[in-house]
Amino acid sequence: MKLYNGGKIITGLVIFLGIFLAPLAYNAGKAAYSQPKLKLPENEKECVESKEFMRTKHMQLLNEWRDYALRDGQRFYVNSKGKEFEMSLQKTCMKCHTNKAEFCDKCHNDASVTPYCWDCHIQPEGLKK
Amino acid sequence: MNNTRRNFLKFAGLTAAGLCVASAGSVIAAGTGSTIKDGEKALKAKRWGMVIDTKKAGTKEAIDALAKACHSVHNVPDIPGTQNVKWIWAVGFEEAFDQPNNYMDESLEKRQFAVLCNHCSSPSCVRVCPTKATYQRPDGIVAMDYHRCIGCRYCMAACPFGARSFNFMEPRLHLDLANLNKSFPTRMRGVVEKCNFCVDRLADGKIPACVEASQGALVFGDLSDPASEVRKVLREHYTIRRKPALGTEPGVYYII
Amino acid sequence: MLEKALKGSPKYYMWIGFLLLIILGASGVYLMQLMQGLTITGMSRDVSWGFYIAQFTYLVGLAASGVMIVLPYYFHHYKKFKDLVIFGEFMAIGAVVMCLGFIVVDIGQPQRMLNVLLYPTPNSILFWDMVVLNGYLILNVLVGWTCLEADRQHLPHPKWTKVLAYTSIIWAFSIHTVTAFLYQGLPGRHYWLTAILAARFLASAFCSGPAILVLVILLTEKVTTFKANVEGIATLAKIITYAMCVNVFFFLLEVFTAFYSNIPGHMHSLVYLFKGVHGHHELVPFMWTAAALGLGSLALLIPPKLRDNIKLLPWSLGILVIATWIDKGLGLLIGGFNPTPFETIAPYWPTGKELIISLMIYAIGALVVTVLFKIATEVKEETGASQKTAETAEAN
Ligand code: SF4
Ligand code: SF4
Ligand code: SF4
Repeated sequence: MKLYNGGKIITGLVIFLGIFLAPLAYNAGKAAYSQPKLKLPENEKECVESKEFMRTKHMQLLNEWRDYALRDGQRFYVNSKGKEFEMSLQKTCMKCHTNKAEFCDKCHNDASVTPYCWDCHIQPEGLKK
Repeated sequence: MNNTRRNFLKFAGLTAAGLCVASAGSVIAAGTGSTIKDGEKALKAKRWGMVIDTKKAGTKEAIDALAKACHSVHNVPDIPGTQNVKWIWAVGFEEAFDQPNNYMDESLEKRQFAVLCNHCSSPSCVRVCPTKATYQRPDGIVAMDYHRCIGCRYCMAACPFGARSFNFMEPRLHLDLANLNKSFPTRMRGVVEKCNFCVDRLADGKIPACVEASQGALVFGDLSDPASEVRKVLREHYTIRRKPALGTEPGVYYII
Repeated sequence: MLEKALKGSPKYYMWIGFLLLIILGASGVYLMQLMQGLTITGMSRDVSWGFYIAQFTYLVGLAASGVMIVLPYYFHHYKKFKDLVIFGEFMAIGAVVMCLGFIVVDIGQPQRMLNVLLYPTPNSILFWDMVVLNGYLILNVLVGWTCLEADRQHLPHPKWTKVLAYTSIIWAFSIHTVTAFLYQGLPGRHYWLTAILAARFLASAFCSGPAILVLVILLTEKVTTFKANVEGIATLAKIITYAMCVNVFFFLLEVFTAFYSNIPGHMHSLVYLFKGVHGHHELVPFMWTAAALGLGSLALLIPPKLRDNIKLLPWSLGILVIATWIDKGLGLLIGGFNPTPFETIAPYWPTGKELIISLMIYAIGALVVTVLFKIATEVKEETGASQKTAETAEAN
């Protein structure tokens, strides 16, 4: 079978693959990823849910908290252990995690995400001009 | 700090250049064994409403005090000019009510009237909002979800009471950052905001900030409950509402 | 067919380059708006929609107006419009693109725009406007492109394009009606709260839109070998004249209702626009200019002698476009917000940055229209339809 325009197609494929794989090539040989060190609350050992759950699902949890609190007027969350929490980023989460820079930002920076929470919500450190 | 992964992801994000619309099913329902409930302290009603005694709170100073209470609790910026944001403020009789009177008594002519969102029963702002960012709660409060608002300002054109403000600029530029209420957020640029009848305080068992600051001039309560204080005040006084002919059914009444 | 847009005379390249330059330069100002917010516009708490939404409204009219060619052609088999149909459809595409552009630059949080789809809200007219506009865009792209492709290969148009064309005729009415509904269902905005607003919108669209189209076609004739059917253009001018008469008539109905009833709410906006109140006269000169130009255009269009004078026609249409633009692109919006809900006057005037960003959208629209018209005229040249050199053959 003859490949029409074979040269062009192959050049195109090579360029495409090159761009596609560039991030891998760029990072090849660099140090392996290591998890950032977070500053955990001193007086509180247990979060709303398990560490694993919070690590992977806190964004969904917060999304749902928001809708429950704002739209349904249901402002309290009772976890499987029967412990109650007010569903509030500023009044609950940040009461224990008293430093956004030492906690939230560590992973968010590493994962290169910039959640817009802080465009409105006030971090416990306060705001500076 | 380890920066490699960040760079990698940024780079990968660029090359992928894809749309990323995350939508997940309920994680709470997905078996954390948790439940949701409302707070025991929360104040509840079938239909929240307010009565303003304009004889008691009828001067600019008195209303400015209410505004100060409201605006500091809700981190409302103080922006000079016509792109300002306000939740409650003072206007004259003819501005507040569409019933001009050429021979008004002098005290009325000078009197100022506190205006705010009326938390209408048939709110035109809710009707027009294309994202349900403005919505009506079962207790009659017309609330806003600032996370969802796209800033189309359709609701501002639809509100016949001028109750809504748009964040034309970054509101934090005009806030006293050292004295924010840290249990309430600010807003971001590009969204609309307005009085929320203090839903946040009601959930905590507190009456609205302006009512608290009014020394009895403002009464807040359940309009559907004949025994409530608002109903008592409404029974005892002649009251009017703003632009009732438009059919939005305002929930704020004025004692004249 | 897209390759036809790539080959052109140096003049064509210069024009494209010029448009790209405007778009590029102005996008810097748009970036500034993205970073600082809509504070760079002249809008305020009281006049919360401005130039952007006004242009959007005007251009929805332009988009809808293609139907004035498509409808006689498909419903009445008016063959003189045969070679104009494609231009009506391609103009509609350019217009809808500009409409969408003006919406995007107007909203405060454009990155959340998809919320309109993620949380569909059928009770919001804005939701429906989004549906009908995008639908109209797709219809015109499908029908226009397919028919042109078929023409090029000397094939009959596929059957399904006819079905879609019929749909798009009804659809065209819907886009401008829905856009009028954005305004006319709002309590307390007296200038908009009138049942005739949708009809006014359509009347003004059906005169100003075809007028713009004719102007662009006359320009196209200057730079290509295309020569529009003379009778077709004359018929279009007649349609424009009727629509403008109806437009003026509808406006006078508003004036009568407001002033004979003597209801302040109904009169205020008109008084503000044409006379000024509380010492504010910002729009008075504009509105009277619009009135004078509107009547002037009628004076030049109603007598058949003047209307059929092809030298005069561009001028008559030009002043008609200016008149309708002031009425709908300035007066309607500002008059609707004034007086404010507090019976005060909040003057509004677009800022320079606002105008530059609007220019960017207009340049994008011009680019789309240029490219599409280029393709269409080249195909016509190829197939020998409506060509200057073959004037006798055009009356097919
Ligand atoms: S006063 Fe305006 S913003 Fe408030 S509920 Fe009524 S219509 Fe909506
Ligand atoms: S500005 Fe926000 S709240 Fe108002 S209509 Fe648009 S999306 Fe809804
Ligand atoms: S009810 Fe609450 S939000 Fe509304 S004006 Fe009073 S203090 Fe402000």
